[in-house]
Amino acid sequence: MGIWEIIIITLIKILIVVTIMFLTVAYLVYFERKVSAWVQNRLGPNRVGYKGLLQPFADVFKLLVKEDIIPDAANKPLHTLSPFIALFVAFATYAVIPFGPSVNIFGYDIKLVVADVNIGILYVLALTSLGVYGITFAGWSSGSKYSLLGGVRSSAQMISYEVSMGFSIAGVILFAESLRPIDIVNAQYGWMWNIILQPIGFITFVVSAFAETNRLPFDLPEAEPELVGGYHTEYSSFKFAGFFLAEYANMIIASCMIVTLYLGGWQIPYIDKLGLSETLTVILQVGAFIFKTIFMLFVFLWVRWSIPRFRYDQLMNIGWKVMFPLALLNIVWVAVLIMLFNL
Amino acid sequence: MANKKRKKDLNFFERIYIVEIVKGMILTFKNMLRPKVTMEYPEVKFEPPASYRGRPVLVQENNGVERCVACGLCSRVCPALAIEVQAAETELEKERYPQKFEINMLRCIFCGFCEEVCPEEAIVMSKDYELVFTNRDDAIYGKDKLLIPVENLKDRLEFLRSFK
Repeated sequence: MGIWEIIIITLIKILIVVTIMFLTVAYLVYFERKVSAWVQNRLGPNRVGYKGLLQPFADVFKLLVKEDIIPDAANKPLHTLSPFIALFVAFATYAVIPFGPSVNIFGYDIKLVVADVNIGILYVLALTSLGVYGITFAGWSSGSKYSLLGGVRSSAQMISYEVSMGFSIAGVILFAESLRPIDIVNAQYGWMWNIILQPIGFITFVVSAFAETNRLPFDLPEAEPELVGGYHTEYSSFKFAGFFLAEYANMIIASCMIVTLYLGGWQIPYIDKLGLSETLTVILQVGAFIFKTIFMLFVFLWVRWSIPRFRYDQLMNIGWKVMFPLALLNIVWVAVLIMLFNL
Repeated sequence: MANKKRKKDLNFFERIYIVEIVKGMILTFKNMLRPKVTMEYPEVKFEPPASYRGRPVLVQENNGVERCVACGLCSRVCPALAIEVQAAETELEKERYPQKFEINMLRCIFCGFCEEVCPEEAIVMSKDYELVFTNRDDAIYGKDKLLIPVENLKDRLEFLRSFK
């Protein structure tokens, strides 16, 4: 493959992934409203278009026609910059997540991942840490105490949970012996899914992922009863939409990461024993990845309507005194497994 | 009895929370499958019971005349001062009738005092809850809008009699 072919193929992949991401984010908002309605025995949005399917576009349009307010007390450059940091980080993370195995199209061997980076997991960790800046800057630059408190809480929370998140991932890396997401998925061949091999690590990772994405029960940065809107109190119109999209994009990233690291990525157990054609197998595997991701997204929404918000000290206690030791325990467990069974 | 076991003390499984969280999630999932309570308003309309206090209306007898004798008690009792009555004489048996009867629907608070105080059962609360107007003048309902034939108000009249 020449350099131009690689560039064109990558651009096409980026285009497809970004389009799918935007659509998924839009429909995730719709899905969330539907799920919350169902939990409360309501119907949810069903007026705009067939079954309310155009609702996300109506929502976005409403946000865009609103007035863009910058408070007098705000630090204007940072106030404008922070939603873009949040958005950029959220969308850039998706580059390393593999959504299928290699596929052969027109004689080209194409890997179904935008960038097959050999330190992909590190890249994800680095970028999610950068995501804190978007929120913290937003909180600080708004010049409002509610925003500031939201931003401070958010940075404290994300830094604390990043620790247990990193340690949970260490267990996965020990098994796969690689930081490359594709290798990690391949290491979970058959039923060797990490959720089965290291359930403690799965729980600590999922809890940390919830905290990282600022979703309930850990949505303290935007706890409405205490902080009005949290870090995005002073945002409106397009910039608010930016934060909104970033939050939902982060949810998708978190789900994809959970699927890749613990639920076997695009693996379907024993699919190669069925004797299906290669194309069908790939389509089924991509479908499996999408299905698993959607299931994890559903879990995100499901948990939101089941568990009440934690108090701030409880959040910190769980982060440092429970999740962190559990993640360490998980590493020990994985090490023992590897030593005993030579996995 | 310092070390008495309280109901609040959690056992080991309750303390690690995982089981309890799963229980809670099963509960919310069951709720998702239950029938929805939403009424899709413009297509499906709520049919209120007889005890419902919708907008106040004047009862129109079968011969086309209102029951009201323009005593003005409703106007007097109205806490929001929404009712205005102007009496006039008539050749009919009741001798008086309201020349003008206006209810300002922007002021009405649907308390039902007018209905309670009326000696003739002439003003009653209807089941009508769809009150829309686009300017203040439209909000003042005159006799043309207030008079409703007695057949349409049977439910409410029977309900009122059951308490007398």
